[in-house]
Amino acid sequence: MSRETTRDNIIALDPHSDDTPKRNMGAPITFDNLDAIRINRSATERRIATLAGRRSVKKEWQAAWLLKAISCIDLTTLAGDDTPGRVERLCAKARHPVRSDILEALGMNQAGITTGAVCVYHEMVPIAVEALKGSGIPVAAVSTGFPAGLSPFITRLEEIKASVEAGANEIDIVISRRHVLLEDWSALHDEIADFREACGEAHLKTILATGELGSLTSVAKASMVCMHAGADFIKTSTGMEGVNATLPVSLVMTRCIRDYYQRTGQQVGFKPAGGIGDAKTALAYLILIKEELGDDWLSPHLFRFGASRLLNDIERQLEHFVTGHYSATHRHPMG
Amino acid sequence: MSVAEIYKTMSYGPAPEQSDFVLVWLEQHRDGFRLFINGEWADAHSSEIIATTNPATGEPLGQFPNADEADVNRAVEAGLSAHASWAKLSGHERAKYLYALARLVQKNSRFLAVLETLDNGKPIRETRDIDVPLVARHFYHHAGWAQLLDQEFPDHTSLGVVGQIIPWNFPLLMLAWKIAPALAAGNTVVLKPAEYTSLTALYFAELCQEAGLPPGVVNIITGEGATGEHIVRHKDISKIAFTGSTEVGRLIRQKTAGTGKKLSLELGGKSPFVVFSDADLDSAVEGLVDAIWLNQGEVCCAGSRLLVEESIAEAFVEKIKTRLNKFRIGDPLDKAIDMGAIVHPSQCAQIEKRVAQGVAEGATKWQPDIPLPEKGNFYPPTILTGVEPAYRVAQEEIFGPVLTVTTFRTEKEAVALANNTRYGLASSIWSDNINRALNTASQVKAGIVWVNTTNQFDAACGFGGYRESGFGREGAKHGLYEYLKPKKEWQSDKNPIIAAVEPHAGVSSDEIDHTAKHYIGGKQARPDGGRTLQVLGHKGQHMGRVGHGNRKDIRNAVEAAFKAESWSTTSAHNRAQILYYIGENLSSRTEEFSTRLVKLTGATKAAAKKEIAQSINRLFTYAAWADKFDGAVHGAPIRGYTFSVHEPMGVLGIVCPDNNPLLSFISLLAPALAMGNRTVIVPSERYPLLATDFYQVLETSDVPAGALNLVTGLRDELAKVLAEHDQVDALWYHGTAEGSQIVEEASISNLKRTWVNKGQARDWLSAQGEGQAFLRQATQVKTIWLPYGN
Repeated sequence: MSRETTRDNIIALDPHSDDTPKRNMGAPITFDNLDAIRINRSATERRIATLAGRRSVKKEWQAAWLLKAISCIDLTTLAGDDTPGRVERLCAKARHPVRSDILEALGMNQAGITTGAVCVYHEMVPIAVEALKGSGIPVAAVSTGFPAGLSPFITRLEEIKASVEAGANEIDIVISRRHVLLEDWSALHDEIADFREACGEAHLKTILATGELGSLTSVAKASMVCMHAGADFIKTSTGMEGVNATLPVSLVMTRCIRDYYQRTGQQVGFKPAGGIGDAKTALAYLILIKEELGDDWLSPHLFRFGASRLLNDIERQLEHFVTGHYSATHRHPMG
Repeated sequence: MSVAEIYKTMSYGPAPEQSDFVLVWLEQHRDGFRLFINGEWADAHSSEIIATTNPATGEPLGQFPNADEADVNRAVEAGLSAHASWAKLSGHERAKYLYALARLVQKNSRFLAVLETLDNGKPIRETRDIDVPLVARHFYHHAGWAQLLDQEFPDHTSLGVVGQIIPWNFPLLMLAWKIAPALAAGNTVVLKPAEYTSLTALYFAELCQEAGLPPGVVNIITGEGATGEHIVRHKDISKIAFTGSTEVGRLIRQKTAGTGKKLSLELGGKSPFVVFSDADLDSAVEGLVDAIWLNQGEVCCAGSRLLVEESIAEAFVEKIKTRLNKFRIGDPLDKAIDMGAIVHPSQCAQIEKRVAQGVAEGATKWQPDIPLPEKGNFYPPTILTGVEPAYRVAQEEIFGPVLTVTTFRTEKEAVALANNTRYGLASSIWSDNINRALNTASQVKAGIVWVNTTNQFDAACGFGGYRESGFGREGAKHGLYEYLKPKKEWQSDKNPIIAAVEPHAGVSSDEIDHTAKHYIGGKQARPDGGRTLQVLGHKGQHMGRVGHGNRKDIRNAVEAAFKAESWSTTSAHNRAQILYYIGENLSSRTEEFSTRLVKLTGATKAAAKKEIAQSINRLFTYAAWADKFDGAVHGAPIRGYTFSVHEPMGVLGIVCPDNNPLLSFISLLAPALAMGNRTVIVPSERYPLLATDFYQVLETSDVPAGALNLVTGLRDELAKVLAEHDQVDALWYHGTAEGSQIVEEASISNLKRTWVNKGQARDWLSAQGEGQAFLRQATQVKTIWLPYGN
């Protein structure tokens, strides 16, 4: 990615640590170095096109990987008509994402499988916190004038603080896309640093809205700036852009995470969001993460799907594995 | 392993492709395959049997005959008797057969992919996603050429029976590359698959039957090298198309020399993979994976020589290592592996030997710490760092998963290192700076340049190499010419050589005695040997003397031509202007030249004037062509441009005939110069004075020094020196049949492209004496793949 990397400061991938990763503290950045970043779109797409043919998981492996995918889902509702009842139903699904008989058949009923988090707007945070009490499932709040991020800066900071106050463990902020489009990297860096400070103990997930950044090279530069400014996760999309998460964009962002890790030793998480609706696509993402970042990242600590429809398709695939029959949507409880 | 355990480790499991339906087919042929001759399965005359095994397991897969001469004869006979009616079919009729074959390949794609993987050892991902789709694509594309043949090649016709010998690394794909264009052009085929990997060819024969292909159009003969030799030597075979090692290519060149057989060779390579500091390095790493770890590196166009900018070399090599530590090697039928098995234990041993040699030379070997299967022919991906151009391992093809790493400092040095090889098949250039990437692409001497990508193929894009990587192109319109010949090219009843006469003392020239020198590097040069030859007129009268050129004169002329590189890079417009200027200056000397022609050759004044007028006409023709023999943009299935350019051959040797000594000389030099070649010309042996008189025209026409060099002397003596000279990139010969053979034989060591007349004469005054055939011979096609997107 960048020509700066030299052997002296490279850290090997796959350290296989069992510890919960430490938070990203950020790192000093020289904005001029961003100029060295080059992303070739055709070559990036070719890697994605061939990866699907290079790796495949079948049978028990597929079932286990799909359960892993569930554990990494930020089960999300971000609609104007969200009500307490809707959010409570979603939280119940987060606690029990798969029918217990299926889990039993897989020998996984004691594994404590839940989704990675529940993701809502600020007003729904207290409802979700209450509904998830005791489950260990974190509540994530989208914030900072989501999805456009163009409300007054001061209210964006206040919004973060209010959500943290209300019990959100994770804050999904949106970056100011104009800072990327105008290449005002210091403005982007300062913004993220301020958001991070406002988060306090809550984890900061930075949504790049990659579909609006114009090029893969811009995505890479923005990823680097966000990580250096202290983002705990970098996330592709709000789900509201014309183009949301794609595998090529994800490849670029995961390579940035790898680069940052090899230089600083700090692990930053990755969250693709929007448009990931089926089990097959979810597996393609997990394979990408395993290949480009390593097994450490195959954990909700460092990887999340932002998705609402995905879970149902995974449930059907799991039932198919257990029964040998193709499953139907209505056989799986709604979230 | 339980779901709970996997959930914890997130490991990969087995993902085998189903193969039972292919094993059933193999079981049906347990008693052995037969030869496919004249549309039927025929028992071989030979009693020798070859067994083929699965390289991943060592298990036997089947057996087939090691065909002998009698078998080859039968196959050629079948091809010969099928040819007339096959060639007579309308293009549309042939297109229907090729379309049927394309459809059958698609309908049997999974079967073919599994069978190929079982036999060759390459991963199912590759046979399924690369080989078989390209096979179908090739037949579709050439169904199209069959359909358009009469429109697009109205002056051409098929050759007859074509002998095709293919390698084991892409067995079915190479079959398609050979058979599809041959059939489209109206030829019939005798094809020999490699003895390690004959099964998909035998299955393809079944598809030919299913397609209802007329008997004898495709004949498939299994066997070893000796079988191939019988094909190569067979008198009724009109052309040999070969893909394989440079070593065997040389043998084929030797055996076909002087036989009149057309020849195309796609040989080895040591292709550079150039990474600049401004490349997308992570993508370049993946490019390398596709370049040298595709098909276990058993790829003629593999990017086996990494040339990386010194400033990023260490970081880049670390990235490669990180990537290779994720490699998975195993059962080729597994859908989750990167590399399968090496085709044969002997190939494994060969790779090991070369790597050990590289280490002994001073390279540092690195291999990832990843598991290899316990059984079968497997070799890990290997990096040799610190490899210097002086090491053999940097020069010789390994044909295995081994990458050599060499650093460079500047763009100029990168180009120099890239071109520092006897080969010239492919190259891959990585830079996100379009100026740098295209500048490098224009300077690399290779038939294929991939910019920010690698190992991409398509039937619409020519494939083939420069230098010792062979000659001829496969795919695109260029590829069709390899299977066609002009309907009218030669006058079989005329002789291009005018017999010597006895000196006639009684008749002497009324001119002042004149001894012409050679013309080398823009200056007249005394012959090195200090000897001269007498030039006699048509009646035997003394007309003057010319230098008796020798090896050293040729050496000096080639040296001058080599140095005159600016002629190859100057604009086509400039070259056109100079050709026009030559025409203009010749025109003003019409009287002088016609007098000379009359006295020398005995031509009538009118005939002499006509020859001069036609010479001027021809100079104008090629001045016109100079900026019009364009390349093309091809319809490759990528987001990007794939375009081909016509590059000059470089240093081009031209040996002229005696008939129409001025016009033939002009007709040969003009296309060569128009396309940017620097030439070394041996003028008519009998009437060299027309060419030596021409010096003054050249000197007044701004022809740059070294672009055109003339050495007079004995035709075949000098032709041989030119053919043997490694710095001469191509050679045109117009002389005797024996001389043609000498030229073809002498070109074996450096495999230069030769174009010989086989003793036949051209009618230089007619359309036979000019045209695009000359331009194609004066150029080589470079195909550049340039994907885009930001």
